[in-house]
Amino acid sequence: MTDFVSLENISRVFGPNLTTGEKIASKLGATVETRSIHAVSNVSLSVSKGETVGLVGESGCGKSTLGRLVAGILPPSSGTVLIDGSPVIKDGVKATTRVQTVFQDPFASLDPRMKVGETVAEGPIAHGLAKKSEANAYAAKWFERVGLDPVWLDRYPHQFSGGQRQRIAIARALAMQPDVLICDEPVASLDVSIQAQIINLFLELTRDLELTTIFISHDLSVVQHVSDRIAIMYLGQIVELGPVDEVFENPAHPYTAALFGSVPKLVLDDHELVRFDTIEGEVPSPLSPPSGCFYHPRCPLAGEHCAITGPEMTTIPNSRSVTCHNYQRQLKQK
Amino acid sequence: MTETVLSVKNLTTHFFTRSGVVKAVDNVSFDLAKGEIMGLVGESGSGKTVTGFSLLGLVDEPGRIVSGSITLKDKALTSLSNAELRRWRGREISMIFQDPIATLNPVLTIGRQMRLAIAAHERTSARAAEDRATDLLSKVGIPSARARLDAYPHEFSGGMRQRVAIAIALLHRPSVIIADEPTTALDVSIQAQILQQMRVLAAETGTAMIWISHDLAVVSSLASKLAVMYAGRIVEQGPTATLLRNPRHPYTAGLMNSLPAMTKPGTPLKQIPGTTPSLLSLPPGCPFAPRCQRATAQCQHDPELTIHGDRGWRCFDPVGHMDEVSS
Amino acid sequence: MNRQSTPFTRFWNEFRENRIAVLALSIVVLLALLALFASFVSPQNPYDLANLSLMDSRRPPGFVGTGGYTHWLGTDPQGRDLLSAIFYGLRISIQIGLAAGFVSLSIGAALGILAAYIGGRVENLIMRLVDLQLSFPAILLALVIVALLGQGKVQLISALVAAQYAYFARTAYGAAKAERGKDYIEAAVATPLGSRLVILKHLLPNCTPPLIVVATVQIANSISLEATLSFLGLGLPVTEPSLGMLISNGFPYMMSGRYWISVYPGVALIILIVAINIVGDQVRDQFNPRLRR
Repeated sequence: MTDFVSLENISRVFGPNLTTGEKIASKLGATVETRSIHAVSNVSLSVSKGETVGLVGESGCGKSTLGRLVAGILPPSSGTVLIDGSPVIKDGVKATTRVQTVFQDPFASLDPRMKVGETVAEGPIAHGLAKKSEANAYAAKWFERVGLDPVWLDRYPHQFSGGQRQRIAIARALAMQPDVLICDEPVASLDVSIQAQIINLFLELTRDLELTTIFISHDLSVVQHVSDRIAIMYLGQIVELGPVDEVFENPAHPYTAALFGSVPKLVLDDHELVRFDTIEGEVPSPLSPPSGCFYHPRCPLAGEHCAITGPEMTTIPNSRSVTCHNYQRQLKQK
Repeated sequence: MTETVLSVKNLTTHFFTRSGVVKAVDNVSFDLAKGEIMGLVGESGSGKTVTGFSLLGLVDEPGRIVSGSITLKDKALTSLSNAELRRWRGREISMIFQDPIATLNPVLTIGRQMRLAIAAHERTSARAAEDRATDLLSKVGIPSARARLDAYPHEFSGGMRQRVAIAIALLHRPSVIIADEPTTALDVSIQAQILQQMRVLAAETGTAMIWISHDLAVVSSLASKLAVMYAGRIVEQGPTATLLRNPRHPYTAGLMNSLPAMTKPGTPLKQIPGTTPSLLSLPPGCPFAPRCQRATAQCQHDPELTIHGDRGWRCFDPVGHMDEVSS
Repeated sequence: MNRQSTPFTRFWNEFRENRIAVLALSIVVLLALLALFASFVSPQNPYDLANLSLMDSRRPPGFVGTGGYTHWLGTDPQGRDLLSAIFYGLRISIQIGLAAGFVSLSIGAALGILAAYIGGRVENLIMRLVDLQLSFPAILLALVIVALLGQGKVQLISALVAAQYAYFARTAYGAAKAERGKDYIEAAVATPLGSRLVILKHLLPNCTPPLIVVATVQIANSISLEATLSFLGLGLPVTEPSLGMLISNGFPYMMSGRYWISVYPGVALIILIVAINIVGDQVRDQFNPRLRR
């Protein structure tokens, strides 16, 4: 297997970005936040062609930022994202159409004042994938592909339901004929019965079009369903990476285990009283991450060592990687 | 038989908009016992939030409760004047919202807001009020509660803010709390902490709760009884575990089956076809019929609620089987 | 789903519900038509000296003049039929108002949207300049510019534009800044589409609602500002009298009982401005999502 998408030591720092007023205020002695946020720090990841990698973590863990770095929406502060050997961003500008994005909220990601047919065809026309005269037929083709009736091409986004809008957003991304698809929480804002439709569509399309996908979600059951491999993020770092069933079966990082334990499960027994294995405390502020391993203040396995040195990502059996000093104590022995 | 604190009969709330009448809540009935947690499940636009607002008398123009009765501890809320309702709201019945920012005043400290909330319904000394606020804040899991009384809402994280909102809702030990998707915006680890605490609080204080959510798993781990809403009506109700194990309404069954956990990873999910209907133009008869694979000519008529023991459903041809006789 | 439901028809259906706004809109349209066809509807061409007779000067409303027709609103010191003069005056006032409005709209919108889109230094430079200018009273600025440039249509419009573009720039900037952060713009940038396409096809159309609101109000403001300048004698040359100048011409006679020379053009001006403002209010209410039902 060759690496189709490869990230090597990618970091993204959001600076304090002070306005003129704040600069003056800070000179005069006011307390102005001057620290910067390391949204993504030193992430390495390779994805093979046709593979779906699920990216999970709690809010603020940097999963969306990482998705946007791969999508070329944001330039990385350091490191390069390569797709099939060529960089996604050149001179701070996106240099490829081979990676496209599906956003979380289909009510916000479609231009409310543009007919949906135009929205789908606009990118392909700009990049010579379709001629202006054939725009309608081209958009119609992708409309059908995502299960929408092409007679709706002349309508505006407000005339569609959430699920239909997400189909339109998917059609827009696919019409660019990408090799790589970034899905940023594509079903999070949809109703349960609609979620299933979109997930099925997604499974069908990634298979038929041989798409390489990064699927970002906070919903573990969705990620488990669609992904080949899963990456768990905490405070800007990937703490665990591996084949989906392996990781779910036997988490190697204490955070992964705790995260899985927090997810409410369907209770079908009258007398069972569910206990949640809750994680103590909250995610620390990314403005002042803890010393050593970022997870150590909440970690039941943390030792003195963890507060001093941050662990490196280590490869463990079954093509998995984990960023933890004590992963062997977490892994269930077989 | 436990004591019933809230009884809702044939509640119907309509919105009279420029495009027509939106039948947001249609003929909804249920009872709630002391300390009981009921899950109210449905998708967006199913009327679950409007049901909650109707119970609090918070339905705004152009909406109106058209018919039905709400009885809270032998008091008919539907016949109260606005001023009387205001006295009940917050003391006997209160609400927790999805977004706690909307309920907290950004320019007042938490302690001040809690003291004001107490003073709205009873006279206590400042000392006693502060003690009560501190006590509740620590009960909902806020560390060093007394010191945090002087903090402003923006100094709390999202999860902590929701805890504060819950503490405020509990201030007067209301008989009923309506919680509208209070953990939806929170991370799973925080959600787990809060669910855990809510269950303990309900048992401890005897407060009954209506937990509105779209997430079957959350509700199943919290509520002892469940009502599933579709297109403004309750299509199925009953004890949570029994109902989820053996759903009778095709919609409930479809919802359950569409969950990723119900299908082998990587294979297509069992989806419900079609989209949720607009409440403006509901088809005649059963509103779920257009999406239902079992629909027959009979479904052109609206099915009545069929009651079987502690369960009920609105369907001519229910799926599943009769429940085993409960012990 | 309603087939005919384009954004425009929805807008119009909502607008129609406010009867006062519909009435105001019809008045604006009526006045605009009267102004446009002034030469056909006026009993007399007030600027053709051959039509004027000093015999008819300063006659009260209802007077039948030498031309053989009734001067329903009386005549002015030059013997012009006031009704005709008002129609012609309306034409000039509306012309100036529209021209100034559209030029300031274009300049202001371009500056505001560019500032929001580019950000950084460009944003700071443009918007601080705009803020600086907004801190001066518009009339003072217009007075200074007219005094510097001299009289004439182009000069007057330039003065009005200079006094007003900043309002459009502020509005466009605010709207564009808000839209810039939305997902659909990010989606367009992520495709990637060029900046020109993103600005012209996505950003600009979505910034139009607030700009239309400001435009209606500012057209009314241009008209009244122009009237003020003309009243002070700094507006247009005497050969092209706008409503403001008509008011000014009649002013010396106000106290001698010949009220109509000043008052009727004034009433016409007030009706026009109030009507435009009512339309503008309704448009603003409809674009304001907080008031949406």
